[in-house]
Amino acid sequence: MSVARNITLGLAATALGSMTLAGIAAAQDRDLTVVGWGGSYQDQQGIAYFEPFTEETGIPILEESFNGGLSNIMSMVETDSVVWDVVQLEDPELQRACQQGYLERLPWDEIGGRDDFIDGGSSECGAGTIVWSIVNAYNTDEVEGTPSGWDDFFNVEEFPGKRGLRRGAKFNLELALMADGVAPEDVYETLSTEEGVDRAFAKLDELKEHIQWWEAGAQPPEWVASGDVAMTTAYNGRIDKAQTEGQPVDIAWEGQIYAIDSWAIISGTSNKDEAVEFIKYVSEPENMSRLQQHIAYGPTKEAAFESVPEEMAPRLPTAPDNLEGALLNSTEFWVDNQERLDRRFNAWASQ
Amino acid sequence: MAATTADLKQRLRRTERRRRLGSLGLFAPSVIFLLIFFALPIALMLYRAVQNPEVANTFPESMAAIQQWDGEGMPGEPIVAEFAQELRDARDERQLSAPGRRLDYEIAGYRGLLRATAFGLPDEEPEASWTETLIGIDPRWEETQYWQALKENASPFTLDYVLTALDLEWAEDGGLQWVSEHQAIYLDLYERTLWMAFVITLAALLLGYPIAFLMTNSSRRVQGILLVLVLLPFWTSLLVRTASWMVLLSRSGPINTLLVNLGLTDAPLELLYNRFGVYVGMIHILLPFMIMPLYAVMRGIPHSHMRAAASLGAPPLRAFRRVYLPQTMPGIAAGCLLVFILAIGFYITPALLGGNEDQMISYFIAYHTNETLNWGLAAALGVILLLMIFVLYAIFTRLTGTGRIQMGT
Repeated sequence: MSVARNITLGLAATALGSMTLAGIAAAQDRDLTVVGWGGSYQDQQGIAYFEPFTEETGIPILEESFNGGLSNIMSMVETDSVVWDVVQLEDPELQRACQQGYLERLPWDEIGGRDDFIDGGSSECGAGTIVWSIVNAYNTDEVEGTPSGWDDFFNVEEFPGKRGLRRGAKFNLELALMADGVAPEDVYETLSTEEGVDRAFAKLDELKEHIQWWEAGAQPPEWVASGDVAMTTAYNGRIDKAQTEGQPVDIAWEGQIYAIDSWAIISGTSNKDEAVEFIKYVSEPENMSRLQQHIAYGPTKEAAFESVPEEMAPRLPTAPDNLEGALLNSTEFWVDNQERLDRRFNAWASQ
Repeated sequence: MAATTADLKQRLRRTERRRRLGSLGLFAPSVIFLLIFFALPIALMLYRAVQNPEVANTFPESMAAIQQWDGEGMPGEPIVAEFAQELRDARDERQLSAPGRRLDYEIAGYRGLLRATAFGLPDEEPEASWTETLIGIDPRWEETQYWQALKENASPFTLDYVLTALDLEWAEDGGLQWVSEHQAIYLDLYERTLWMAFVITLAALLLGYPIAFLMTNSSRRVQGILLVLVLLPFWTSLLVRTASWMVLLSRSGPINTLLVNLGLTDAPLELLYNRFGVYVGMIHILLPFMIMPLYAVMRGIPHSHMRAAASLGAPPLRAFRRVYLPQTMPGIAAGCLLVFILAIGFYITPALLGGNEDQMISYFIAYHTNETLNWGLAAALGVILLLMIFVLYAIFTRLTGTGRIQMGT
């Protein structure tokens, strides 16, 4: 028995030892970890940014992806086990995380200054990477006619079929109000009142039984292309990508909700120098605009607009035609209200 | 002589004890394993559901002092001064996020208030009083509710999470009340979870019983084939089986294509992202857990019993009802209990095959663990789920008799 015990102890010790060793090794030489939003977008980021960066600087990149939100980052920082370095964030999350100390303040001198960025494209903790938007995407085989605007999205009689919406309060409340006749410039003012929020949920109620909720950005293009849903909200670039690949999908631009995504560095990372190097690299206009050869998200620097391919320009959220009736997603509103409205959204959605 | 007998007895007893210790030693690894990986996490979860350290730990001195405050108006200057200084320390040590999040559950916007105030505080002693300084930074500090929220969270334990998990909240007068309908969510979810588990158990029983019967009463060859057919999916990963159902049930999937091509329906049916999809997936995944105990029990029932019943004049249905069915009760009980309890805790299958209206309680446990990071609430939901299982188990064993549950023969 003592032999058996010795063996057991030995095994346990070896297992523990190797686990600790693996842990230490992981902590020490983790490659620069860049976290994007997955799917076709991140594939293009790989071609436009990650591979050339590694080639030029010799710094290898480990790619990860997530569906937004701050929970991963918060738990990493709070438990002091940061395994991501650079992460792409939506603006409200970026500002909240920055205020609460979950992100490093960017050394703007090293990166090259904030002056070249468009309005709202740079901040204390974030360097803008794309202008993107939530658009109404529809299947051209399933939908007869051309829908335009969010009231057609809610019109299941004229345009029958399921609807895809992103799970959560953000974007859905705005587009529900626009569908209910609120002008884009009045949307956030209306949402600031309790009646406005009630009105948005009441509008969503009409559509509720037809909704199929998505979380990952790669889901809606797939659903709408296969006809699982007739219309869906989606990130414009991915729909554009599906369209150029010959899928039966199209975008109804009216009422698009556009926003800026930024790169940020997670507080306490062990790869800060490499992370800064990466952000500096992708913020150079000539590097930045390489993405627009591949996917229809707009650049965040004026200088980068110049090298956007001619056939891509009208497909960006910032093209003048597309900006008609568009709504700029309000960072301020969502910084203050997201948690409260998400709670209400969850109670509403699960009933 | 007597001494030797006593000696012998003692030695015998010692050997006996050593042997017993030895056999206990053999158990020890599994007991320790159970304690560390089963009992301890559950204990921690129970603890987490009532634990409330964020505010008390971050502002220890002022929270001890605020207990003396009567809850009217604002606390006195000494308490406010102590609080302001501890707030400043917390800011310098970047400890604001935990208490901020905790207090934000009480009053929306508290996190921002705490942060703005912390960064607005002067580094030296202010010329005016600390009370005026705080109000100068944000007039909300004049409101009693913000101080009451602090006082309520000054104790290291709270019932808030458990109450929230039951859709309850404290009323103004200190009693309990239901939360408003915009926030109420969990009671419906428990009810839905139980109902779905019940439907799934019933369906698994109705489907599994004939299969188990067939397995017991067919030739050895057929028995082998049936067994493999039951076990093969059982050995396949849960995730793979769920994903396969996503493919099968989708609008453009094989089932819909077949139905449309056969002309049975005009448009593809909605089979996925609704209750139907969840039921199909879960029943399929849980069916082996019903069949195996049934099969084990049925194999122990001699064929002669049914023949005897027939020879005594019972028609087949009656013989089945009076003779066969009662003997399979232990298997039915075991299968139902197993399927029901597993179904209550299901997460990934409803998450992938169901819509928002088809999620079970585990979805929200995961949601609060991963998304909102409200681990207290996640733990409280888990505790209630655990209690529910205990109660159901007690009722079940009472109904069927403890000794009747049997996993094999």
